Amino acid sequence: MSTLELENISKSFGELTILDHLDLRVNDGEFVSLLGPSGSGKSTIFHLIGGLYQADHGTIRLDNEAINGKKGSISYMPQTPSLFPWRTVLENVVLSVELHQKPDKQKALEMLERAGLKDYANAYPHELSGGMRQRVAFVRSLLSPQSFICLDEPFSALDEFTRLEMQKWLLTIWEQERPSVLFVTHNIEEAIFLSDRILVLGSKPANVIKEFTIDFKRPRNEELTLTQEFLEKKKEIYQTLRGVLND
Amino acid sequence: MFRKSFLPVSVIVSILIIWELSSRILAIPTWVLPAPTIIMQEAINGWSNYQHHILSTVFLTVSGFAIGVSVGLLIAIMLHLLPKIREALYPLLIMSQNIPIIVLAPLLVIWFGFGVTPKLLIITLVCFFPVAVSTIDGLRHTNPELIHYMKMAGATKKQIFTKLELPHAVPQMFSGLKISATYSVMGAVISEWLGANKGIGVYMTLASSSFRTDRVFVAILFIMILCLIFFAIIIAAEKIILKWHPGKEEQS
Repeated sequence: MSTLELENISKSFGELTILDHLDLRVNDGEFVSLLGPSGSGKSTIFHLIGGLYQADHGTIRLDNEAINGKKGSISYMPQTPSLFPWRTVLENVVLSVELHQKPDKQKALEMLERAGLKDYANAYPHELSGGMRQRVAFVRSLLSPQSFICLDEPFSALDEFTRLEMQKWLLTIWEQERPSVLFVTHNIEEAIFLSDRILVLGSKPANVIKEFTIDFKRPRNEELTLTQEFLEKKKEIYQTLRGVLND
Repeated sequence: MFRKSFLPVSVIVSILIIWELSSRILAIPTWVLPAPTIIMQEAINGWSNYQHHILSTVFLTVSGFAIGVSVGLLIAIMLHLLPKIREALYPLLIMSQNIPIIVLAPLLVIWFGFGVTPKLLIITLVCFFPVAVSTIDGLRHTNPELIHYMKMAGATKKQIFTKLELPHAVPQMFSGLKISATYSVMGAVISEWLGANKGIGVYMTLASSSFRTDRVFVAILFIMILCLIFFAIIIAAEKIILKWHPGKEEQS
């Protein structure tokens, strides 16, 4: 059970207003994507949720409890895998647990097995490919004691083939566990393929300018990306985004 | 392994051959420059004369190195955790290395006498610096992405230090350790010159004042061997501890 709510959030750095009265909500077990051009303040939103920055205005609520400026309330997966090179895969995935309580290695091993990483449990990150490292980073955020997961453009550094593989893999794992997810991306197709809902961000200052509900049934597979309905959605979102860029 | 060592070994062997031949052909007196074979003879025949000197130097080096490294690590950690103090003390740290040890040594004897204290102090002074500087650098250059991740994951300052910054600095620390290990032998020999009754430094002073140049070279030989052994021990420890570290060819 985990919901996240941003209410009337404003944040500026000096003269520059990044977020202006932003509202967004992620329901329990929902996969919500934030879609927006680079520099639209997506990272700032995560830093606010993560407690690294204080909002100038407004409240952030996790399960109806204000978490403004409180670090470590959410489980976070950054753009780069950010694995510790001196830890094995197994030691890396328990890191987020280790910060708050005694880690359960057995549970970690089971999760690695489900994620298809069992054979790599004792490997070091530098022995893995880029896609594998991202999988490890995702398993780490799943194992994290916080139930709400924030993913910050996790696949943006991967090549197109690996990216598609990773999206399918992410969906299978997510459909088993069903955690609430806030996913940041600038890839329209990725957002449609994965999400229940897409929030399109306008830039400077960022605000949710349009919301799309994606109700393709789950489990989804890659054929979906070639269907007429999918392409319709993509076109619709693309036009919205173009409007944002032209402003 | 054989291919790698072939080149340096052949260079050393040819230098030795040239040395041997020229000292025979030019008939250089032994007290000026003894031939390698004469040095080797003295090294083998004189073993019982000088082995206690070597043991004493090894003991002094190891204890001085241990103290120096601990001091270096403590300084590095302290300066890292207290940035204000780092600002204040870092220039002092560098200045401490500008004082020639050879000048400082007699002063230390005046202050602390001829016992083991000034000797350990000299080795410590020589050893702490490479470790301290390299460890501070390692601590400071922790990958910002990893620090960011740790903060987002709700790590405390202490957790960031023990779980991230400290292990992150270990490879850098080892490069300092390697330098300190070789310096420590030199530090020990210099400290023995000041006044001691045992040690390679003492053996060397006695040999040179009695024009036993062959023995001076035996001393030099053993100083080099000790340096190499200490260096090899550090490299072996590094290999064991940094087994996670990607090889050079994999780092991009």
